Amino acid sequence: MGKIEWAMWANEQALASGLILLTGGIVGVAGQFRGWQFAAYGVAAGVFVCLLEYPRGKRSKGTSVARTGQYCFTVCVKAFGPLTRNYYVRAFLHAAICVPGGFMLATVLGCVCLGIASLIYLAAAIRGEHWEPILPRTETQRKPVPPSIKNPPSNPPPRPPPEMRRKRVDDLEGAAYDNPIPVTANEY
Amino acid sequence: MGNWIINHGLTSFILVVWMGINIFLFVWFYFFYDLGDQFFYTRHILGSALAWARAPAAVLNFNCLLILLPVCRNLLSLLRGSFVCCGRTMRKQLDKNLSFHKLVAYMIGLMTAVHMIAHLLNVEWYNNSRQGVYDKLSTALSNLEDSDNTTYLNPIRTTDIIPTYFVFTTIAGLTGVIITLCLILIITSSMEVIRRSYFEVFWYTHHLFVIFFAGLVFHGAGRIVRSQNMDTIPPHNFTFCKDRSDDWGRIPECPIPQFRGGFPQTWMWVIGPMVLYLCERLLRFIRYMQAVRYRKIVMRPSKVLELQLVKNGFTMEVGQYVFLNCPAISQLEWHPFTMTSAPEEDFFSVHIRSAGDWTNKLISIMEQLPEGAQGPKMGVDGPFGTASEDVFDYEVAMLVGAGIGVTPFASILKSIWYKFKESNPKLRTRKIYFYWLCRETHAFEWFADLLQVLEKEMDERGMGDFLTYNLYLTGWDQNLHFHVHYRDTDVVTGLKQKTHYGRPIWDKEFEKVRKENPTSVVGTFLCGPEALAKVLEKKCAKYSDVDPRKTKFYFNKENF
Repeated sequence: MGKIEWAMWANEQALASGLILLTGGIVGVAGQFRGWQFAAYGVAAGVFVCLLEYPRGKRSKGTSVARTGQYCFTVCVKAFGPLTRNYYVRAFLHAAICVPGGFMLATVLGCVCLGIASLIYLAAAIRGEHWEPILPRTETQRKPVPPSIKNPPSNPPPRPPPEMRRKRVDDLEGAAYDNPIPVTANEY
Repeated sequence: MGNWIINHGLTSFILVVWMGINIFLFVWFYFFYDLGDQFFYTRHILGSALAWARAPAAVLNFNCLLILLPVCRNLLSLLRGSFVCCGRTMRKQLDKNLSFHKLVAYMIGLMTAVHMIAHLLNVEWYNNSRQGVYDKLSTALSNLEDSDNTTYLNPIRTTDIIPTYFVFTTIAGLTGVIITLCLILIITSSMEVIRRSYFEVFWYTHHLFVIFFAGLVFHGAGRIVRSQNMDTIPPHNFTFCKDRSDDWGRIPECPIPQFRGGFPQTWMWVIGPMVLYLCERLLRFIRYMQAVRYRKIVMRPSKVLELQLVKNGFTMEVGQYVFLNCPAISQLEWHPFTMTSAPEEDFFSVHIRSAGDWTNKLISIMEQLPEGAQGPKMGVDGPFGTASEDVFDYEVAMLVGAGIGVTPFASILKSIWYKFKESNPKLRTRKIYFYWLCRETHAFEWFADLLQVLEKEMDERGMGDFLTYNLYLTGWDQNLHFHVHYRDTDVVTGLKQKTHYGRPIWDKEFEKVRKENPTSVVGTFLCGPEALAKVLEKKCAKYSDVDPRKTKFYFNKENF
């Protein structure tokens, strides 16, 4: 289990918990349950958790898969700087948010799930992970051009094997081949 | 359209039947609880939330039965073996077992949500009724005691508890919360992102299903869904008596109504699959204990490990895969690998690329072995997968392998060559065109070696044009350019003449095949991405001739 980034699973769990908290809250409010105020809190807390957890963080190793349309959420979450970057903060935040959910049946499941997510985030924080935003690549991030490219090439470009290159006057149609690299005229 | 029916018809039919059963169960049990007379009084307190809770419960019973079956891979192998008569389309359905497992899991998740929400309402309303918030009849019903000559309706027996307390002190409530929690953890760790990157988290968390099924079986033991006992003597006619709750027990027409709990049924649905799954794990364990001997261990270039293994009683077909387990690395993990040997050989081989924790550890263990020593204990389960025997039926075969999809073709090409040498009558192939597409040949040098060995053997027999192959390097970047011209790479040594840069021009290839085989039936086989499948399918249609004397192309897409 060496290379696991716990934060990835914590993120999925927290997002699911947010949705469950939200659903439980809606049921509690719509059914006018006793203690519906806790359900209303559940709705608000659920929405908040979902917004916070929707943008996936960048993985330290490997490709990150962003969720659809997460860019604007990423920008909002990034704006809070160290508060959202640090997973200790998230762990304690989720632990704190989940507590009022335990006072009403409809939100109890959301509370427990969020508590579990908080524990996984704590594990991630202890292992030193932190949240990096996934941002679209900019021009400046391209690799610098290696120096040898500045000299004119010393070898010809790759060509198809000789039997294809030999002129075949009897079969002009078959003699044609497509250049794999587009050929453009010199600009000067 | 006809093509679609052949390729997807049976799958769609199975899905329609499955969905039909789900809908039927939902509707049947909904009306059972919503219209049944014995639930009249129960419904008076709970309304239609009772039916909304019981209907998904029935669907859940059915789907929890189904969910264990697609993952019993040895059972599926047994079925596949006995379906030999029923055609390949039937057997191919068994290869889609994991998709079906996921579909059933989604249904379980959805129904759990509906069931849970309905029960939230039920508990709240039972509690309110107990506290006398509702009408006279409701309070009278809730006041019915649980004693010698009365039976209760409302499972909440005291007036001073909160719903949360009730849920956590009843069997149904407690098991419900625990198994829902397990289900949520299983689902979040099965998301594609987690599954693809951290397989161990997915696999170990998935074992929470044991707790899930244990809790599920006991979930109904508390019998808190109560119905009226309509067989009391004298009978209690609710239509007459519902407005006379003060007179219950005092007038002869209305004795005190008796209630009883529903008999728990879930265990009847799931006990069968649970036993089957237990047998499956037992069988995997037995297979794991069977001795597997190493015939040869070879380190190939680019950190590819070839293992040639021998196991008693092991038989395979082309294109199948096995699961390997190495307790020295991990006790519980089984990883699938396509076999690269032909059935005619007296061993089976796999080529293992370095692609993660388990494979890297295996490769490093093998690298440190002294010469000629046996490797670590290895468990082998399988073979699995639909065999791709159609390849042998065509006179001319166009085989297209893209990227990692080239692996099963090692098995196929070797088998074709063996069958040819033995003049096996099952082999109708006379000519093979093989197209190997990959970004770069890193980690596939062993396959290039195989092609060259085959080519040499064919040349020696004067069969030089039995196999024509070409390599297409479809990934272009600066590094590749440097490698080709400034370094002598192993990658394309010997294949220089047949290496093309860029994708094949399929029109030209199909033209060439048609010209060289003017009267044959050509089978086209692809193991690669969906986009390429669409292209090849179109070309096959385009270059096939209606005239039966001329060339015809048939497209087969295989998921090996």
